[in-house]
Amino acid sequence: MAGVLAQYLPPAALQLAYLIAGILFIQGLRDMTHPRTATRGNQISAAGMFLAVVVTALWFDILSPLILGAGLLVGGGIGVWLAVTVETTEMPQLVGLFNGFGGGASALVAGAELIDVLAVGDSLTIGLTATAAIAGIIGSVTFWGSLVAAGKLHGLVGDSPVSTNVGHAIKVLFLGAAVVAGLVLVIQPDALGNAPMASWVPSYWVLVAAASILGIFLVVPIGGADMPVVIALLNSYSGLAAATTGFVLGNTALIIAGTLVGASGLILTVIMCESMNRSLTNVLFGGLGGDDGDS
Amino acid sequence: MATELSAFVTNLTLFVLAAFVGYEIITKIPTNLHTPLMSGANAISGITLLGSVVVAGAGENTLATALGFLAVVMATINVVGGYLVSHFMLDQFRGGGN
Repeated sequence: MAGVLAQYLPPAALQLAYLIAGILFIQGLRDMTHPRTATRGNQISAAGMFLAVVVTALWFDILSPLILGAGLLVGGGIGVWLAVTVETTEMPQLVGLFNGFGGGASALVAGAELIDVLAVGDSLTIGLTATAAIAGIIGSVTFWGSLVAAGKLHGLVGDSPVSTNVGHAIKVLFLGAAVVAGLVLVIQPDALGNAPMASWVPSYWVLVAAASILGIFLVVPIGGADMPVVIALLNSYSGLAAATTGFVLGNTALIIAGTLVGASGLILTVIMCESMNRSLTNVLFGGLGGDDGDS
Repeated sequence: MATELSAFVTNLTLFVLAAFVGYEIITKIPTNLHTPLMSGANAISGITLLGSVVVAGAGENTLATALGFLAVVMATINVVGGYLVSHFMLDQFRGGGN
């Protein structure tokens, strides 16, 4: 059983639609780098997204169309409301907030896919668990890091740039915890074959929890004036999280669009640092250990 | 296993090529376009909505559907809000710049 489109079109049609969406994203991004074509570029990119979402929703078997429709309506409503009511000066923090939601969604999708695969009785492959672990870590860091960054710009989170050894140790500790939880997730299915859900689900959520704390501690010590750069970097992360989720689901549109944002976002971050005469390391880790060479 | 591996390599190919494209398209960009471009790219990263749609619609497991629903809401906020805010930002530049 498949969705409406899949009943009438060959499987290649889905890939073709994703290719067209990918081309629209690339052209849109390129147009957005020039003042004259920027507005058009944003619209081209939006058209690509609309195409990709509609084709996906009509292609796959949607057992619960009401739930999906409700999610799209609620999310779309909140998105429009936030975008329309925001003050011009508050736009940067709103972009940060949106970005966090995207990263968080990637982490949730990877977790839900693990549950789904076991629910239909398939066994977890190393490829699936490894990519889910990476998507979980990057997505969670992006979600919480973006919330802190947006909170700082909005004056909700205290802004006192500090760089301490204890702070660096905490980051390393929680990064280590997330990686260990990820390794447990990867090794377990292989050792136990089709392991019962209870034996691996906790490792994914331990990973998400550790990465969430890491995301908070990464952004809290950075000064408010550097938040635009931090949000640009986290935007690159949310692209990578989407790309990794694409590996989890075997979805080429996610891989192409996510990687595109991951790479272009990173370059944009470096350009933004350069325009402030700072290096990325200097922004991220403050004076401590931040030599002015490039990272 | 063999088809799985070749599918992975195909995906890896897309990943590497898209990374180069993403790197190359951002070359010279005026400072006042930094924030709109970041916002526009952020909207594209909401592409994870496709994954959310698939997972939320699969309905094999209540917990997975609930997580999928939450993911759809979050990703849709990212996509719809992201494109709209970018549009408003660019509108202002046009009004103020000329």
